[in-house]
Amino acid sequence: MPGERAYPETVAGEFPEPPVSFTDREDRDVAVRVFEDSDAEGVDELVAMYDDFDPADRAQGVPPVGEDRVREWLETLLEQDGFNVVAWHGDEVAGHATLVPDDETTYELAIFVHQSYQGAGIGTQLIEALLGYAQANGAELVWLSVERWNRPAVALYEKVGFETASAESFEMEMAIRLN
Amino acid sequence: MKVLVGIGGADDSLDALEESVRRAVDTGDELTVAVVENPESDRDPGELVTEAEAALADAGLPENVRELSGDAGSSLVELAEAEDFDQIVLGGGHRSPMGKIKLGHIAEFVLLNARTSVKLVRDDAG
Repeated sequence: MPGERAYPETVAGEFPEPPVSFTDREDRDVAVRVFEDSDAEGVDELVAMYDDFDPADRAQGVPPVGEDRVREWLETLLEQDGFNVVAWHGDEVAGHATLVPDDETTYELAIFVHQSYQGAGIGTQLIEALLGYAQANGAELVWLSVERWNRPAVALYEKVGFETASAESFEMEMAIRLN
Repeated sequence: MKVLVGIGGADDSLDALEESVRRAVDTGDELTVAVVENPESDRDPGELVTEAEAALADAGLPENVRELSGDAGSSLVELAEAEDFDQIVLGGGHRSPMGKIKLGHIAEFVLLNARTSVKLVRDDAG
């Protein structure tokens, strides 16, 4: 419940804005770019990444399984007035991070990195570029929920500057103040 | 089967009621509806009792509706144990703007504390 969520009082530092290019820990050239909306070029590549996503890495029912459901879910995400960035390795999507509006100043965050690209530092670049994009466009508060046993995810969020906002449920909530 | 469905007024709890009524009509489940106080919902418990009675009557089922006071999760678990229910049915959570499923606090408590089986009803359209 939004009422129980405690946001940090301190505003986070400045995050880099996309596009961001880097070489990942497996020597792959990766570029993180803004993804505009569901008509954007590349939506099929994004669907393909999710369609091939290991269901064992799903969290709280997302991403959904099966191409039709993936497409439907992505359309709902992309048509809202939020922020999306995609990590590209050539023509292939390595990961996607999204902010979906909760109200006018508050956004829910999620990030997905395909299994073949995990553990190479892409998640950090992706989430920082997403936060930089949102910060430059006036977003104030960002929250996320994460299963508390998902240590690597919690560690990533903490590294970027998220703080625990609520830990009373099966999933914990973390939050950051961007502006 | 003796089934206890707990409703506190959240949308998912009303889905659980609807599904349990439909199933009771098909299977002959002995259905009791417990109206609980859900601090996360603004619905008036008195109105919920009336709605639940109407839903049971419309389906031709006995109007077994109880209003439980005090902590919702523990009163459901207690009633289920005291009266030998086979199953507790609850709403299966709501979805965040992102589409992530989040269980309600009552469901979390009941899942961890009930000695009976617990069924969470999920609306696939959600």
